[in-house]
Amino acid sequence: MIDRDSPVTEDELHAYVDGQLPADRQEAVAAWLVAHPEQALLVAAWRKQADAIRARYDAVVNEPVPNRLKLDRVMQQGRAGVSGAWKAMAAAAALVAFLAGGTAGWVAHGATTGTPSSFDTITADALEAYRLYVVEVRHPVEVPGNERPHMTQWLTKRLGYQQHIPDLESLGLKLVGGRLLPGPTGAAAAFYMYEGASGERFTIYSAPATSAETALRYKGGDRFAAFYWVDDKHAYVVSGPADRDRLRQVTRAAWEQIDRGAGRRS
Amino acid sequence: MVEATIPALRRYARALTRDSDIADDLVQDTLVRALRSEHLFHGGEVRSWLYTILTNLNRNRLRSLARRPMLSPLEDNDAPDLAGPEAGARDIERALATLVEDQRNALLLVVLEGLSYREVAEVQGVPIGTVMSRLARARAQVKSFLDGERPALRRVK
Repeated sequence: MIDRDSPVTEDELHAYVDGQLPADRQEAVAAWLVAHPEQALLVAAWRKQADAIRARYDAVVNEPVPNRLKLDRVMQQGRAGVSGAWKAMAAAAALVAFLAGGTAGWVAHGATTGTPSSFDTITADALEAYRLYVVEVRHPVEVPGNERPHMTQWLTKRLGYQQHIPDLESLGLKLVGGRLLPGPTGAAAAFYMYEGASGERFTIYSAPATSAETALRYKGGDRFAAFYWVDDKHAYVVSGPADRDRLRQVTRAAWEQIDRGAGRRS
Repeated sequence: MVEATIPALRRYARALTRDSDIADDLVQDTLVRALRSEHLFHGGEVRSWLYTILTNLNRNRLRSLARRPMLSPLEDNDAPDLAGPEAGARDIERALATLVEDQRNALLLVVLEGLSYREVAEVQGVPIGTVMSRLARARAQVKSFLDGERPALRRVK
C-alpha cells in the first residue's frame, strides 16, 4: 500500500490514527496525507472503524458494576465455596496491602493463617540450598542449562510432576542448570539456578507440598530473600539477593511461565 | 487500582464475547486470578496484567467452545436489528467477529482500551512488530468486510 521509499511508513499511519505518534511526526504525517489522498482515505476509514467500535462498546464503562464483580464480593464468593481458596485470596489481598504499604479496608483480618509451618520448612530448605550452591563456582549444578529438555525429563520423573523450567533470558538471567535435592517431606526437590551478567544468582526450588494452594509469601533476610507459593500441591520458592523489586520481577516471570505450563496440561 | 480498572475490563470483555453475562463471568474469573497473583505486581503494570489474564482466559474459553458441538446459533442474543445508528453498531460487531482472535484482541486493546503498542505487545507476549501487523490485518479485514456489506444493504433499500 505504501511505497518502500515513502517518507511515511504504514506503521506510522496506524500510530497517527491511534495518537501514538511522537509529536514531531504528527504534523509531518498530516502534511504528507494532504498530498496523498489515497492514504488519506485509508486513514479516514480506520478512524471511522475506531469510532464505530467505541460507539458500540464505550457505554459499558458507565454501567454500574454488578455486585458480583465488586472486589469484596469476589472474595466472599470464595469464602462461601472453598474456604481454603478464600483464605488464599485473603492472604494475597493482605500481601497486596502490605506490599503497597497502605491499608485496604476490605482485607479480612485473621484470614491469613494458611500453613506457616510448611511455609517455613520449605522456604528454609530452599534458602539453605540457595546459600549452599550460590557460592559454588565449579559445581553449582548437576545438569548444565544447555541440556534443558533432558533436565526437564529427568526431574519430572524424579519429582513425579511436570517440570516447567522458566526461561528468564528476558531479564538477563541465563539458566546455569539444575540439580536434584532432598525435599522437605523426604520426597525429591528440584533446584534450578540462574545467573545474571554481573554474576548475581537466582534459584527456583520446587517440591511437593502438603497444602493445595497458598498465596504468595515473602521472606526477606539481610542478604537473601525468597518468594514462595504453592499451586496444585507443588511448592515453588524463588530465592535471590535481597533486592525485593528485582526478586519480585524474577518471581513474576517464573510464576507466569510455570502457571502457563500448568494450564497447558489440563 | 484493580477496582478502578473493572469498568474498562467489562467493556473489553463485552467486545470480545458480545454477551454481557459471559463477559462478566470472564471479568469475575480475571479478578479471582488477579487476587491470587496481584501481589507480584504493582504500579502501572497491574492494568496490562489484568488485560493479559482476561485475554488468556478468553482464549481458553474459545478453545473449549471449539471442542464442543455448537449448541446455540452463531448469531448473538443482543438487541434485534434496527435501522439507523443501531445498524452501524451491528455492522462493526459482525466485522469484528470475522477477525482472527489475535487480530481482534490487538485492535480492541488499541482502539477501545487505549493501550500503547508496547502494552499490547506485553499482553500478547509478542514483539511490537507483530502487534503492528496484527493491527494492520485487522483494519484491512474490517474495512473489506464493511465495504462489502454496505452496497448489499443499499441494494436492499
